[in-house]
Amino acid sequence: MTDLSPSPQDRRLVRLLVQVGTGLFTLAITLLGLLLITFIIGRVVPIDPVLSIVGERATQAQMQAVRDALGLDLPLWQQFAIYVGDALQGDLGRSIRTGDAIVSEIARYFPATLELATLGTLIGTLVGVPAGVLAATRPGSLADQVVRLVGLMGYSMPVFWLGLIGLLVFYGKLDWVAGPGRLDPSYDMMMQFTLTTYTGMILIDSALNGAWDVFRNAISHIILPAGLLGYVSMAYISRMTRSFMMNELGQEYITTARVKGMPEWRVIWVHAMRNVMVPLITVIALSYAYLLEGSVLTETIFAWPGLGSYITDALFAADMPAVLGGTVVVGVVFVTLNMVSDIVYRLVDPRARA
Amino acid sequence: MTALRAWLTDPSPSSRRQARLGQLWLAWLRIRRNSLAMAGLAIVSILVLVAAFAPLIAPHDPLVQDLSRRLLPPGTPGNWLGTDDFGRDILSRIIHGARITLYIIGLVALTAPVLGLLIGTVAGYFGGWVDAVLMRLTDIFLAFPRLILALALVAVLGPGIENAVLAIALTAWPPYARVARAETLTVRNSDYIAAVRLQGAGSARIIAGHIVPMCLSSVIIRVTLDMAGVILIAAGLGFLGLGVQPPLPEWGLMISSGRKFLFEQWWVATMPGLAIFIVSLGFNLLGDGLRDVLDPRSAPK
Repeated sequence: MTDLSPSPQDRRLVRLLVQVGTGLFTLAITLLGLLLITFIIGRVVPIDPVLSIVGERATQAQMQAVRDALGLDLPLWQQFAIYVGDALQGDLGRSIRTGDAIVSEIARYFPATLELATLGTLIGTLVGVPAGVLAATRPGSLADQVVRLVGLMGYSMPVFWLGLIGLLVFYGKLDWVAGPGRLDPSYDMMMQFTLTTYTGMILIDSALNGAWDVFRNAISHIILPAGLLGYVSMAYISRMTRSFMMNELGQEYITTARVKGMPEWRVIWVHAMRNVMVPLITVIALSYAYLLEGSVLTETIFAWPGLGSYITDALFAADMPAVLGGTVVVGVVFVTLNMVSDIVYRLVDPRARA
Repeated sequence: MTALRAWLTDPSPSSRRQARLGQLWLAWLRIRRNSLAMAGLAIVSILVLVAAFAPLIAPHDPLVQDLSRRLLPPGTPGNWLGTDDFGRDILSRIIHGARITLYIIGLVALTAPVLGLLIGTVAGYFGGWVDAVLMRLTDIFLAFPRLILALALVAVLGPGIENAVLAIALTAWPPYARVARAETLTVRNSDYIAAVRLQGAGSARIIAGHIVPMCLSSVIIRVTLDMAGVILIAAGLGFLGLGVQPPLPEWGLMISSGRKFLFEQWWVATMPGLAIFIVSLGFNLLGDGLRDVLDPRSAPK
């Protein structure tokens, strides 16, 4: 007789698969909703898409041809179905300004944003987590107050204003860092024409090429905007770390560890940290997503050729397909990051799997 | 005064109003001990006063240009925060800008929570597929990055103060819906709701008269904390030229006009930013303190 009832491992796997399946279904519905909202926004624009393509002096026949090509005479639900179908195949339409496919344009701009947001999150995490732990271990102390106030200031500061002040002080007055842009013009030429592009992220590409002077120049350009975004995410991360850590340190297993005579650093960084880490992953993923969004204003200040600049430039050129395409991409990244952090959460924390 | 205090702290209140005011008084006593929250309250009160009496406080007209006095540095007699590129007094413009800021956050505070409350309580009260549909809608809006959605909406609606408010409110309601739904679920099956229903009250009456009041305190905390974010988004839209239009003295717009001469005349961009920062910090401090006091989960031990 063989035992046909599923083993505990199998059962856990099935449960995980069901959870991932439900998650993917929710993701699909959410993405559909995202597309519906951008579709509706795109339909009510007062700008006539036909007119903006053919120009004012087109004949009636030319206009009708473009109208047919865009499918504007079809019923709305059919237009939406086509829009969703195209989006699923990675086609978000063509930019009115350039006539190029929006997806390939965004693919060109996206690495710059990714590079900036990643470095920002890295800085925010490396500073925010220790600051939050410090505040949690000495509640009410001067250190706690300072961390809280610095955090609140980060919440309250308009990021574009802080960027201008940063440029004024560190670039204009002190001359410690390079100004707007990703590279000095001469290095930019070098990057474009003599070095191989692997990822589109200059820090990684220049390092892979061994072009360390380009790398240094890129660091000097990115450090100010990344530090700025890092500060904003640090405000959030340190605050959440503090509250998670406070919660953990009140638990009995911590008292037990202390009574056993375990050194305090080990109690905090090994025992408590393992449990703090789980919710912290979600927080960091969330702040990463917010930095992708926060880049809209930062990139404007620092002339950073990323997704944020792409969207605002398109906005001022009344290039609605490009604006909405960019919005969809940011939304998708946002939703996916949330999804991934949720799945990682379940994988890391056995309690969440039950 | 002492009689009033005794009335407020009476352990056996004789009317519902007395009990409620007594609770408020105790909450106020707790907030008063929190110095950061009091600082926040002071900042918000000053904002309201400055906005109310702007024409009396401001030393100059915020719109009148005087090209012979352009780009004067801070500390100039008569123009203590300096002048901008049209010779307009920056201090006066910041003071009048307080009105615009208050107008924007006032309108958002009146619209977004109402919409959120409506959707959240309806979803929570009826449950079932109504709940499923409304909450999915909420999640979809939550999934959208706020500033970018506001940008896209303003791009469609056209720039301007009312459209900026509309765009911000349309992106700000989902958290309120979440909060209101959670509160509704906890009271939906209470005896007092059943009693009202037995008396023959319809759904609309139960929701508006008996469920919404239960959600208000959590929503008020959320509104206060949210206002800081609203100020920043409104300023961001203004900065991009998509919110309030010139020559109105909106703070974000003023920063953007000062950007051109950031390195030579730093004060033009810096001063309005300070105003945004201080007001937004005020709301954050106040909201933080309110949460500590009103939210039982974070009550001090």
